[in-house]
Amino acid sequence: MTTPATSVITESPAAETRVDPRTLPGEVGMVERPRRRFLPFDPWHLFLAPLAVVWLVPLLWMVVTSLETPSETLRFPPVLWPESLRFGNYLDVVRDSAFGTWFWNTTVVTVTVVSSNLVLCTLAAYAFARIRFLGRTFVYFVLLATLMVPLQVVLIPTFLIAKDLGLLDHLGALIVPNLASVFGIFMLTQFFRTLPIELEEAARIDGASRLSILLRIVVPLSLPALATLAVIQFLWTWNDFLWPLVTILTNQGAFTLQLGLATFQGAHQTQWHLVAAANLMSMVPMIVLFLAAQRAFVRGIATQGLKG
Amino acid sequence: MPDDGGLNGSSVAAPAPGRLRRLLTSEHLSGWTFVLPAVILIVVFGLIPIAWGLILSFQKAGLISPEREWVGFENYARIAADPKARQAAVNTIVYTLLFVPISILASLLVAHALNRRIALIRFYRLAVFIPVVTSTIATGIMFLWLFDKNFGLANWALGKIGIGPFGFFEDPDQAMVSLVIMTVWGWLGFDTIIYLAALQGVPPELTEAAAIDGASRWSSFWRITWPMLGPATLLLVVWSTISALQLFDEVFFVTHGGPLGRTSVVVFYVYRLAFEQGLGGLSLAGYAAAIAYVLFLVILLLTLAQFWLARRVVHYTS
Repeated sequence: MTTPATSVITESPAAETRVDPRTLPGEVGMVERPRRRFLPFDPWHLFLAPLAVVWLVPLLWMVVTSLETPSETLRFPPVLWPESLRFGNYLDVVRDSAFGTWFWNTTVVTVTVVSSNLVLCTLAAYAFARIRFLGRTFVYFVLLATLMVPLQVVLIPTFLIAKDLGLLDHLGALIVPNLASVFGIFMLTQFFRTLPIELEEAARIDGASRLSILLRIVVPLSLPALATLAVIQFLWTWNDFLWPLVTILTNQGAFTLQLGLATFQGAHQTQWHLVAAANLMSMVPMIVLFLAAQRAFVRGIATQGLKG
Repeated sequence: MPDDGGLNGSSVAAPAPGRLRRLLTSEHLSGWTFVLPAVILIVVFGLIPIAWGLILSFQKAGLISPEREWVGFENYARIAADPKARQAAVNTIVYTLLFVPISILASLLVAHALNRRIALIRFYRLAVFIPVVTSTIATGIMFLWLFDKNFGLANWALGKIGIGPFGFFEDPDQAMVSLVIMTVWGWLGFDTIIYLAALQGVPPELTEAAAIDGASRWSSFWRITWPMLGPATLLLVVWSTISALQLFDEVFFVTHGGPLGRTSVVVFYVYRLAFEQGLGGLSLAGYAAAIAYVLFLVILLLTLAQFWLARRVVHYTS
């Protein structure tokens, strides 16, 4: 996973055991002393282990339910371990619903939005960070101001714009408004400004164009930041619910996974084995991406937090 | 929140006796070419809606029908007299007052616990972080099932220790608390990541020096660590307050505002007016936009107030 030297969140050096000669016996001190270790393990396990179990229960319970028979799901006390593992539930979901379509739509939307954001935000952020053009500071501040306004409070006018542009009821509604994000521009601008400018200046003296400097010098140095933007944008787009809910009104062929799941749950209220299987399948790509790019996720959230 | 990225110090040089030709071949043109695609998109889908929302709030307007009629402050006056709007406001405030302190205090404790080098720590962190990537709908499905009145695991487990059974989302008195539990589950990892990063920015020398001077862990936490976590706490308070005030997905999917309207929050009520009833032909989009704009102003004022307060109490290093 991560090496402590480079990961954002590392194990604290303060936790190393040191003996402070000035701490008197019985006094509560900062320093860990062997004398206080009345347990064969760190006492924090007593807090963290139950916490981890409680936090994983909703997920594990979905896994168990997705492998049960319909009658097993409707028993009380609950069946904690099914008699036989019914992997067929997953096939049933794929066969009986438009799960494949939802998955494909979500993939198309997410891949398009993430790639477009990488391109458009990189271009804009580079200009904001490096090129002195008329109105730069003003435009940058205006963009930042929109970062303060969540979609929820401008839902109706944004919907009307999408309607007037003829975007409703097909995937364009989910793609076009999200092709560029203020968050991406802001994050990359901040990052580009930390890069040493000397290389770029040397390249400019050699007559390189802005675009080739961006592609050959800046982008290769910015891969971690771009990865962070990509995973955060992926997360938002894949999991988005409100915007698809209001823009995909009647065309079920343009449903995303979240819309499909919500509808599926509504239509199969008592068939929890199927709902659980559908739900888990929808989560797989996100969890795989998280496990593969945990560092980029954590960095994305931590830097967003600390620099914001 | 976002700072200017240091742009202030390097503002554009005053246009020298510039000629059009020089302007076109200059940095101005390349700069604008680079930013234009993104700027157009953000203006159309980010900036115009803010202005249009304000205009709409003074109109009687439908979502689908082209009808637009100026009504002045009628929509705003109507909010005060609408018991459902008041109920939505009260529900939103109750949710925010529960969610913000609980999620922040819990994440501080969890981040403190996770900030050590012990066995299984990667597993513990993973368990807390996984909900961050879980969608609101997936979370809703999990908790609808976990909190199912008849077959849910929660009632079984609580029955083992002799309490319950609970109705959870189906009980008017428990639905809101159940929503809080569910959303804390989903957000804890996010808050914890931010606190964990901030905790690791606290130099160990400080707490070590305090320990040598005889400070207890408790007082060294409150007197050294906690003040240094100020910026992170401020960020989380602002962020959690904003996201709590605009709660929607969970309410829409899990409780649909019920039972008896006890979880109908502001954004849900706006959605209901504009989209569920609006698509049915009623011209409530203007009224809904007015409610949304009030929420927008409340969020804006609260955020400014929090930053104003924070300037007096939050300690920033470097």
